[in-house]
Amino acid sequence: MTKLTANRRQFLALAAGGAAAAAVSVPQEGRAQVATSAKIVIIGAGAGGTALANRLVSRLNGAQITLIDPRVEHLYQPGLSLVAAGLKPASYVVSKTTDWLPDGVTLIAEAAAAIDPEAKTVDTASGQKVPYDFLVVAPGLVLDHDAIEGFSLDMVGQNGIGALYAGPQYAAATWKAAQAYTETGGVGLFTRPATEMKCAGAPLKHTFLIEDIARTAGTRGKLDVHYMANNDSLFGVPIVSEKVRMLFGDRGITPEYSHVLRGLDAGAKTATFATPEGDVTMDYDYIHVIPPQRAPEVIRQSGLSWADKWTDQGWVECDMATLRHQRYDTIWALGDVAGVPKGKTAASVKWQVPVIEDGLVAAIEGRESTETYNGYTSCPMITRVGRAMLIEFDYKNNLVPSFPGVIAPLEELWISWLMKEVALKATYNAMLRGRA
Amino acid sequence: MKDMTFGTILAVFEEMFGIGLFWTLVAVAALVTVGYVYVLIRDHSISWRKFLLAQLSMPIGAILSVWFVLLVTNSKLTDLGGPVDIIVFLGIAVAGAIGIAILVYTVQSLMRPKH
Repeated sequence: MTKLTANRRQFLALAAGGAAAAAVSVPQEGRAQVATSAKIVIIGAGAGGTALANRLVSRLNGAQITLIDPRVEHLYQPGLSLVAAGLKPASYVVSKTTDWLPDGVTLIAEAAAAIDPEAKTVDTASGQKVPYDFLVVAPGLVLDHDAIEGFSLDMVGQNGIGALYAGPQYAAATWKAAQAYTETGGVGLFTRPATEMKCAGAPLKHTFLIEDIARTAGTRGKLDVHYMANNDSLFGVPIVSEKVRMLFGDRGITPEYSHVLRGLDAGAKTATFATPEGDVTMDYDYIHVIPPQRAPEVIRQSGLSWADKWTDQGWVECDMATLRHQRYDTIWALGDVAGVPKGKTAASVKWQVPVIEDGLVAAIEGRESTETYNGYTSCPMITRVGRAMLIEFDYKNNLVPSFPGVIAPLEELWISWLMKEVALKATYNAMLRGRA
Repeated sequence: MKDMTFGTILAVFEEMFGIGLFWTLVAVAALVTVGYVYVLIRDHSISWRKFLLAQLSMPIGAILSVWFVLLVTNSKLTDLGGPVDIIVFLGIAVAGAIGIAILVYTVQSLMRPKH
């Protein structure tokens, strides 16, 4: 056997050579850039708009890319559930919109006021007219808090009222109210709206987390927890709904089916629900409010919405596979605003962005696009502090696990919690930069 | 996970730790590994005396790595819920044990080349 010998100099040379070889072998983005002078306007610099802008900048050469969004802060919305359970500070979800935008794009920090799909222009709030060749609408959605009678956002955090969707400070205030509830107990009502909504798992997560925190604190016996479902199921995917029903049974959480919050009386601590049998009023000690959700007014006024579906909500009429507008082939809908049956989550955005990127580039090159969106949505359904179920599904309500046979989707697992806590925000940030 | 490429995983880790810290950690791990290989080649053999101390440090490395993961993720041992959790848990412990053993062995060899 040959003896392996080396002096220090030889060894260092060998090590340096190895490091250099490793550096060279890191794969680079191999696709050639497409030359174009197309004017691309993206309404919205949230998760979808930002990720798409970053990808387009590296994919296209010469395109004029303009984002229109007045929001100074970028919110990592998947973190709001953690803020509202006291597990993360409000600052965990906040960054600056401009932190994530690439060089070479223009940000108009104004709201879009009007879209003219015939003239192919977008008017901003200050009256600036921005022409486009291709338009991507990704403004997110509007939380219609006014639709809940007797409720306003200044109530959040006091008198047992929470509303974690409303933003980081409201999520933190929600924890204040929820924490007090875990100490004093009483009736807790955890609601969700009857409209399409972003992350339909979040109302369940909040319920599970607050129940678990009380259990850990030893006060669970004082709590009477009710989950107010909007219809006769607990989750849009039947197999998941059944699993949640079983977990609720184990945990002593009472499901109230077809109870949609209409209004509340903060002074009397009563809430009124629309049910198939008429309005029902219930007392509460803690109520979590998630209001109806709709497309922004500018979308609904511009004639881009479905005429025969979701007429009270106004989601963009687009093909569910290509996300391209059904009537205007230079327009795509991305993220929450898209009128597709599923997909109002950051995970959906991650799947939608490459589809729209391909659609846009194909349109520029004059070829057919090949990428399609299958409705993929992912929900790390937190069931207690330290455990979650990694639920992934598509349009057909099929479970589509990323790690089949390794991470069971309907099992409460620590690894799924680790992913939510450690890897999810990092993956989200990588997506924003167009790298995931 | 869509497009789970090496580049994606690298991007996720960079975001997780921050680019500076991530590459510093990679550099430290690489340095220790290079140091370990160096002393093995230099000494032509494993020093079993040094290896004994390295072995004794392994449980400490295992406990430290598990403790660190639980601390940063708001979780506790009772959260382990299924077979994959046990595998991940043991994987973290084994990684910590091997890591500290290599570190201890290398540091000893570099500080006291001959025994």
